[in-house]
Amino acid sequence: MKKQNTFIVAAAVTAAVIAAFWLILAAPGYTGNEINMTRGVTSQSVINYQLHMIILWICVIIGVIVFSAMFVSIVLHRKSKGHEAAQFTHSTKAEIVWTVIPVLILIGMAIPATTALINMEVAPETEMTIKITGFQWRWKYEYIEDEIQFISSLDSNSNAARRLASGTDPEDVDHYLREVDKPLVLPTETKIKFLITADDVIHSWWVPALGWKRDAVPGFINEAWTEIMEPGVYRGQCAELCGKDHGFMPIVLNVLPHKEYDAWVNEQKQLMAHEQANVDRLWSRDELMELGENVYATQCATCHQADGLGLAPAFPALAGSEVSKGPIGVNIDVVLHGRDGTAMQAWGNMLSETDIAAALTYTRNAFGNETGDVIQPQTIARIKNG
Amino acid sequence: MAHHADDQYYVPHGTKWPIIGSLGMITMLASAAYWVNDSTVAPWTFLAGALILIYMVFGWFGEVIRESESGMYNDQVDTSFRMGMLWFIFSEVMFFACFFGALFYARVFAVPWLGGEGTGAYTNELLWRGYESVWPTAGPDQLGGSFQTIPAFGVPFINTLILLASGVTVTLAHHALKKNNRGALVSWLLATVLLGFVFVFFQIEEYKEAYQHLGLTMGSGIYGSTFFMLTGFHGMHVSLGAIMLLVIAIRCMRGHFNPEHHFGFEAVAWYWHFVDVVWLGLFVFVYVY
Amino acid sequence: MSIESTHSHDNDAHPAAPGDHHDHKPTGFFNRWLFTTNHKDIGTLYLVFALIMFFIGGGMAMVIRAELFMPGLQLVEPDFFNQMTTMHALVMVFGAVMPAWVGFANWMIPLMIGAPDMALPRMNNWSFWILPFAFTMLLSTLFMDSGGPAAGWTLYPPLSLQGGQSFAFVVFAIHMMGISSIMGSINVIATILNMRAPGMTLLRMPLFVWTWLITAYLLIAVMPVLAGAVTMLLTDHFFGTSFFNAAGGGDPVMFQHIFWFFGHPEVYIMILPAFGVVSEIIPTFARKPLFGYAAMVFATASIAFLSFIVWAHHMFTVGMPLMGELFFMYATMLIAVPTGVKVFNWVSTMWKGSMTFETPMLFAIGFVVLFTIGGLSGLMLAIASVDLQYHDTYFVVAHFHYVLVPGAVFALMAGTYYWLPKWTGHMYSETWGKIHFWVSTISVNILFFPQHYLGLAGMPRRIPDYSTQFADFNMISSIGGFIFGASQLIFVGVIVHCVYKSRKAAQGLVWEGGKGLEWTLSSPPPYHSFNTPPLIDPTTISHPEEAH
Repeated sequence: MKKQNTFIVAAAVTAAVIAAFWLILAAPGYTGNEINMTRGVTSQSVINYQLHMIILWICVIIGVIVFSAMFVSIVLHRKSKGHEAAQFTHSTKAEIVWTVIPVLILIGMAIPATTALINMEVAPETEMTIKITGFQWRWKYEYIEDEIQFISSLDSNSNAARRLASGTDPEDVDHYLREVDKPLVLPTETKIKFLITADDVIHSWWVPALGWKRDAVPGFINEAWTEIMEPGVYRGQCAELCGKDHGFMPIVLNVLPHKEYDAWVNEQKQLMAHEQANVDRLWSRDELMELGENVYATQCATCHQADGLGLAPAFPALAGSEVSKGPIGVNIDVVLHGRDGTAMQAWGNMLSETDIAAALTYTRNAFGNETGDVIQPQTIARIKNG
Repeated sequence: MAHHADDQYYVPHGTKWPIIGSLGMITMLASAAYWVNDSTVAPWTFLAGALILIYMVFGWFGEVIRESESGMYNDQVDTSFRMGMLWFIFSEVMFFACFFGALFYARVFAVPWLGGEGTGAYTNELLWRGYESVWPTAGPDQLGGSFQTIPAFGVPFINTLILLASGVTVTLAHHALKKNNRGALVSWLLATVLLGFVFVFFQIEEYKEAYQHLGLTMGSGIYGSTFFMLTGFHGMHVSLGAIMLLVIAIRCMRGHFNPEHHFGFEAVAWYWHFVDVVWLGLFVFVYVY
Repeated sequence: MSIESTHSHDNDAHPAAPGDHHDHKPTGFFNRWLFTTNHKDIGTLYLVFALIMFFIGGGMAMVIRAELFMPGLQLVEPDFFNQMTTMHALVMVFGAVMPAWVGFANWMIPLMIGAPDMALPRMNNWSFWILPFAFTMLLSTLFMDSGGPAAGWTLYPPLSLQGGQSFAFVVFAIHMMGISSIMGSINVIATILNMRAPGMTLLRMPLFVWTWLITAYLLIAVMPVLAGAVTMLLTDHFFGTSFFNAAGGGDPVMFQHIFWFFGHPEVYIMILPAFGVVSEIIPTFARKPLFGYAAMVFATASIAFLSFIVWAHHMFTVGMPLMGELFFMYATMLIAVPTGVKVFNWVSTMWKGSMTFETPMLFAIGFVVLFTIGGLSGLMLAIASVDLQYHDTYFVVAHFHYVLVPGAVFALMAGTYYWLPKWTGHMYSETWGKIHFWVSTISVNILFFPQHYLGLAGMPRRIPDYSTQFADFNMISSIGGFIFGASQLIFVGVIVHCVYKSRKAAQGLVWEGGKGLEWTLSSPPPYHSFNTPPLIDPTTISHPEEAH
């Protein structure tokens, strides 16, 4: 008797733990972002949320029926209660029933699942196009029609706090690991086409509020579309393992009403004009060193480290390196075009000429490299454009 | 061993060969790994590993042959061996299926997409503008430079005839064995071995031609990759098969096998036919089509 | 009772007790273990090896859960974290679960079909003795300059191609594991098809034998494909081919297709033998025949067939054409049907039985419940559209750990408790077995259930650090993980006690309700299990034939 009580108590505890988890998850109407899929802000995300809940409930009901039958049997049909074993071995009728009913349930699921998938994959006529390119470990966004482009990386606060034993409590960092230096700005109620690819390895672009993720495959372009209903800031991150900093390439969307979006576009265009002016003028060494230190810290230090000593063996030191101290031409070539088979990327596609010139000036004069070289943005522009 | 009656399944008692085989295998493969990483010592340790493996094969099979010749195997053991060989060949079929799968995937999906067909319109327009889907191809970046392919109806066609002929000769050898005609058996077997080595010789000549004159290398994009992977693994299998046939021929000369029991012969013959069929697939999908 | 009489009949007719002239048990450590051709010794080697690997892989899991205990990086660098997730998977899949099942196959198949040994005993030795070398090579990469593989066990290019010198070692280690698995499965097929005692027709075989026969076919069909896939990675990395490089006309996604053509059947390779073990245990402790034996066999075969045409459901986000996505979605949903049949049949077997709840039964019931939860979340993942949200999140991690840990691993534990007395001749400690079960079951749910929430809330897999919104459930999950990890020490304790210390001798028929040939032999069984084929009649087959 005592043995049986222990058993029932232990079984009840386990059942309660499982049931509690399932109930929290399946609580009707619960949309808390910490525990369930978000409803999101697009037609696709809402459809996916609803489909998710329907299937979840079907699964819960099936689970409850099957497990109830089992637990009833466990309680009633036990030897300690003197239950004699029946000796039936099979029932073709039962097998047919529990083959046909699941098939019918599956057909019932397949119908909404098919329409949802078609809605997801077949893009309507879109009004604007964004090309997204994944790099190790940042995103590049190109507004095809407006000819705006920029790189979006993990913001510097998170980047400092995420170092091993950094001493910073992540709780003290705003949106730890989910904040970028430049968010992707998009307008509301606009049908947007995304063209997604990658430069080095496979990444995956995912903002849960949009309702989907799509792999960024080097050498191929994947298409996706969205129409965001509500303005706001939506956060996501890379979803496909892409190397050591896979966990540190967030995505932030800043979705603005049309008017504000247009203002933002104009501002960007002015900034780009300003950038062009920067390339055209001559820079002083100090200016370049100051900007270069910033660029290095945000873009290069991830691999080559803040002290320029690198991380052996994958990430070579710049301090005293043959490239950083050698001929300028080679150094520029490596930075612009990257190195095949290593994590060194072709930065020519990612950073402005000014930033590259500044970073080069900095790395050729910092860490004891003292070459005294000053590299002008013009030089980079000239080499880049052949 | 007297108590192992004819109707009892023969279970050997202990064997040192597997552990020797494992030592050979780890020596060989660890060396191969160092070798591809440019170690200069590794080729020699690789050779040592290969020699250990060869020693193991001779020792192991020698033991099996001795047991077989002394009548310790009943029909049930024979069936086990047959099943073992059959399913081993099936696993080899799947190994080649993997590379054929890669070839078909590249030709049916990857290359057309890169060329802008199907779902590849943006891929072509934004990443590989101007690239047209063709076969053979070294890809949009023309990796490995331009190259020419080996025409199907030259040496490859001759090689096809050679392998088909060798399939006939090995069958004739089998018939001779069943009629216990030792002279014909050995002659047909040796003819098969010869055809096998001629095939390999031609294949090596083709590779030389490809590398030296046609510009076709393993680095020639997806065409070079699939071409050398498929023909290369096939060539290795032909070489292995020819060596196994040679061993069988030597055994025949020593009077092994009898018209009723000659599983060793049949196993190698099956393997040879398998290699033959793979070649037909290769000839059609790599060379002709 | 007829079982008892058959038992004694067997002993009378074929004296096979230890020590008689039929016992060729070799002496000396090396003779016994290095050179062995005996199915039981090789089975033991496999099981011990798997247990060691279970703890090595488990140690890596502990590193992972410790780093994920709190947001922020406290213990390891991200690259090492990636090496841990990659190695944890490779070790658990190829080093723990698969060899453990081969160990069970070695021990039990000859006993269950009335054979003296496996069909190809020398090759049997080799298929085991490749493994320690393969894993030495694989694990040694962790100590190389470039570190171990860090691109995930799926080895997706181009990321895996960024691996340094150690990459070649990983590829060759996988080749060795493949050779071992293929030889092992050839042996299983030849044994089952060729070594059954007269009268042991296919549809009289125990379900464990059936599931292993089908598993062996899956292995032979897909391990060579994995070998080919990693060979292409090797040539892309070291010999300049461009299978997975778009610039040369290849496609990185092609690797994923080939890998998952292997990978999905691989999932069933790990779970089908679990179905078999559970189908043996539940009838024994329900004292009632397995319900729907034939349906179980057909369901297993259907699952195996379907496993070949669903691979791309792992790849819904890669940008496949719509028609492809629809096909793979429908095919995947279909798997729910035969899997459902299995679960319904297990429950029907319990129904109106006369159940007792010894440790094997507890683990079997735990398996049915928790595996079903993993199966249901699998059904959710099959819905392609919603999978664009679930994919590569902790929801997937929770799903496959539910089917693999309280699924495959619980079945392995159930099988171990079930047959340990048969193997050793001693009873294990029932009390400690039960403690092991309850601690494991509660902690495994604390470990994996919250991961569903994390995934749904947006936490991707394979990240060493996370946003603070995921902190609570990660901490709960880690605590569950530590308890689960520690509770496996109880398992080892029970086994060691049973083997070396237990004084309680086991009968030939260990469990009152046990049916099948293995229970007609002494515990432990004689060295050559069945020197002459046993008599097969309705009382010695484990699942009575269905009267039609």
